[in-house]
Amino acid sequence: MHQVMIGADILEANEQMAGHNSGHFEEHGVYVVNLMSAPGAGKTSVLEQTINRIKDDLRLGVIEGDLMTTIDADRISALGVPSYQITTGTVCHLDAKMVHSALHSFKIDDLDLLFIENVGNLVCPAEFYLGEDLRVMVFSTVEGAEKPKKYPVMFHESEAVLLNKVDLLPYSGVSLDELRRNVLEVSPETMIFPISCRTGEGVDEWIAWLKQKIEFGNGERRCVRLNS
Amino acid sequence: MHEASIVRSVIDIAENEARKHGGSNIRKIKLKVGEFRGVVKEALEFSFAVLKKDTLAAEAELEVETVRLRVECGACGPVDCPMNDFNLLCPRCGETLTIVEGQEMQVEYIDLEDAEVICTR
Repeated sequence: MHQVMIGADILEANEQMAGHNSGHFEEHGVYVVNLMSAPGAGKTSVLEQTINRIKDDLRLGVIEGDLMTTIDADRISALGVPSYQITTGTVCHLDAKMVHSALHSFKIDDLDLLFIENVGNLVCPAEFYLGEDLRVMVFSTVEGAEKPKKYPVMFHESEAVLLNKVDLLPYSGVSLDELRRNVLEVSPETMIFPISCRTGEGVDEWIAWLKQKIEFGNGERRCVRLNS
Repeated sequence: MHEASIVRSVIDIAENEARKHGGSNIRKIKLKVGEFRGVVKEALEFSFAVLKKDTLAAEAELEVETVRLRVECGACGPVDCPMNDFNLLCPRCGETLTIVEGQEMQVEYIDLEDAEVICTR
């Protein structure tokens, strides 16, 4: 028997492909946001609200990830923004290779800002770096105040957390203060934006912050993978 | 269930290393996985049992070592941070804690039955 010491990162191949994607994005001057959440938290609604407010200032594109259907890509196309749907079949997250393949059929040359809407899942997408500049998580307040403690990794990996559906707080009985405290305990440096895609509350604050990130982030790109 | 994707990468890495060393029968793959990664040991083992068929690791056992979470405060030193109440704020001074261990995701080594001893010089 012969023992071979390896010491390699298991996701090394994905990280390399993500680095390659990041090179493409940089070459074309595109700022890339990876949007993650559980199913139904409101990622596509956040995109619709965001797109409507910035599409006159920035050239936008969206890559959508879902197990099946083109429903989300169709919603984005309806706003006049180019979109591309990745259907993963049974895979519960996007990986760098899927995004790379999408870039062959989806032109990013003329874009300033590309959103990648990940597959709805509170666990797996956090493990796969896609080459993005910024990781943002959408969490709907109705999911419960304790969830950051139960699923800490994705919260910890996100630079901003949008607490969506705050208009439903009076009906859900969830305490926004408790939720906010739990997010900050799990990820002390994370920016928190309470928003409602229904009423538009808080969306302008999120967009002002995002625009600032794009302005400062595009000159000096960095890997946002927080745990490496 | 992204453990299947992870196991596929593990087998790729192990097979590449085995070929590099002229081996065709991997007997063991040893992983180190941090507690603070979204990975379930049982799901890794289940995926491995299914995915190892028809690979050089078909007869291999998988050993997964869980690396405990270890955090520390720049000012106060090591702090106890249980996974069931994960909190990165120092209980003494309120500063942000640093994760020292518990985010590993590595193939540590493989055991090969029939490797040639290759001189790398």
